[in-house]
Amino acid sequence: MVDVLEVKSLGKSFGGLKAVNDFSFRVEPQTVTAIIGPNGAGKTTVFNLLTGFLRPTSGHIWYGKTLLNGLSPFRIAQLKIARTFQIIRTFPGLTVLDNVVLGCLNSKGENIFGALLRTKGVRREEEASREKAVRLLELVGLSKYKDQYAINLGYGQQKLVEVARALATDAELLLLDEPMAGLSADMSIVMVNLIRNVQKSGKTILFIEHNMQVVMDISDWIFVLSYGQEIARGTSAEVQNNDRVIEAYLGRR
Amino acid sequence: MDVIFHLLIMSGIYIILALSLNLVLGYAGLFSVGHGAFYGIGAYTGAILVTRFSFPFWGELLAAACIAGFFGFVIGFPTLRLRGDYLALATFGFAVIIYSTFVNWIELTRGPLGIRGIPEVQFLSIQFKSLWSYTILVGFFVLITIFSLRRITHSAFGKVLEAIREDDLAAMAIGKNIAKFKVLAFIIGAFFAGIAGVLYAHYVTFIDPSSFVLQESFLIFSMVIFGGMGSIRGSIVGAAILVILPEALRFLGLPSEIAANLRQLIYGALIVFIINWRPEGLLGKSKDIKIEGPISLESKVNAN
Repeated sequence: MVDVLEVKSLGKSFGGLKAVNDFSFRVEPQTVTAIIGPNGAGKTTVFNLLTGFLRPTSGHIWYGKTLLNGLSPFRIAQLKIARTFQIIRTFPGLTVLDNVVLGCLNSKGENIFGALLRTKGVRREEEASREKAVRLLELVGLSKYKDQYAINLGYGQQKLVEVARALATDAELLLLDEPMAGLSADMSIVMVNLIRNVQKSGKTILFIEHNMQVVMDISDWIFVLSYGQEIARGTSAEVQNNDRVIEAYLGRR
Repeated sequence: MDVIFHLLIMSGIYIILALSLNLVLGYAGLFSVGHGAFYGIGAYTGAILVTRFSFPFWGELLAAACIAGFFGFVIGFPTLRLRGDYLALATFGFAVIIYSTFVNWIELTRGPLGIRGIPEVQFLSIQFKSLWSYTILVGFFVLITIFSLRRITHSAFGKVLEAIREDDLAAMAIGKNIAKFKVLAFIIGAFFAGIAGVLYAHYVTFIDPSSFVLQESFLIFSMVIFGGMGSIRGSIVGAAILVILPEALRFLGLPSEIAANLRQLIYGALIVFIINWRPEGLLGKSKDIKIEGPISLESKVNAN
């Protein structure tokens, strides 16, 4: 069951600065939706608002029938919305496998008494999480490095670890903040294929990206932000030919 | 022979303290420098319950550990938003408050006079009177602590604590209620420190505030750093070395007033040495694992 993400006139001010202003949008289930815009347009702020890292000044964020406003990040994650970060945030001192295992919901082993008693249920859950994590690492092509500390992996590989970790939460909606940034050409191909596969498996993806080639290739729907305001929306063909978009990126002729 | 039992008992007590702080400091990455306060709370609670209310040993032990655990909550909850040096300052302040409470709440603690006449442990009609029997009792609790903390740190619960240490925002983003885990780490750490306090009180039979000065907190802190944060074996070895080493100085035949001062000096020098030579501590694991060849997509492609 995948829910619709519906955002109504979202706003966020930092003092006098309106980082996001009256932004409304919908993310349909099982689509790939992109948010693009020049640097400082407020894209990451939108992500932080959606995932509870920031509180909106105005507006409503609905996920299905749940209002996300004011929920803390972990509650939002538990509603099966996972995110990755623009600057990688793996757990550097933990192994790649543990990074992904942590994404799984280990309800029994995370209970202190479950941890102390280590009952059969706890062990079975541990085993299931490990298997799931290995499967996800195979999906992103990193199973070979599962016992390495995350810090020893390359930048692009760590980005893949983050995606695997987000997938481990069983999220239905994935928010990817610049998944392509800093990736080499061949890594980009791995990431694009991963995003496509994730979509095919029935999940919804909302992502921020500066690599226009990728955005145009994989997005079903695109929103363009500039100075916190939406200036265009549509399919890749519509957005590409929009005068306001061209102006925002390149300036007025 | 008595000296050896004495060293074993004191090592045991400090091993429990170092292990319990390690959960908070080494695993959860919470910079708590006031761990001695929980030790003191455990010792005083135990001493008061047994001398004034003649509690049986197990009741007293459990009550003291729980009250210490409660104070773990008291310090853990309001400091949830603090990190690094700010948390260190807050826990430091907490240790100062607890110490001055020991000194000034005369009705409860008898202040600087201390509480004397703490009886030897009696349990299941066994009198733990001799040094060797008390060594066994302490050893038993050391084993319980090691067992519990091993279970905890190897569990999903322990992994979440490590995730919080590595990156608390990322831990939140994957649905972990980090506030709950941080407070629980404080409570568990304080609980075991409380047990160590009770064992200490029964061993020395007399406690006063001078046993729980701030240096005590720093000593426990040093043991964890020295042995290696996030390593259970490290805390055990670190505590044992820092307890035994200064005592070994006595055999050098130094006058006692010099030996006492030399103790502090040695702790300081050891910490400086270990931080420079092995920042991860004696038995802490280094994150820079040697890898065969570079990890890159190319090497992976070639391997296939």
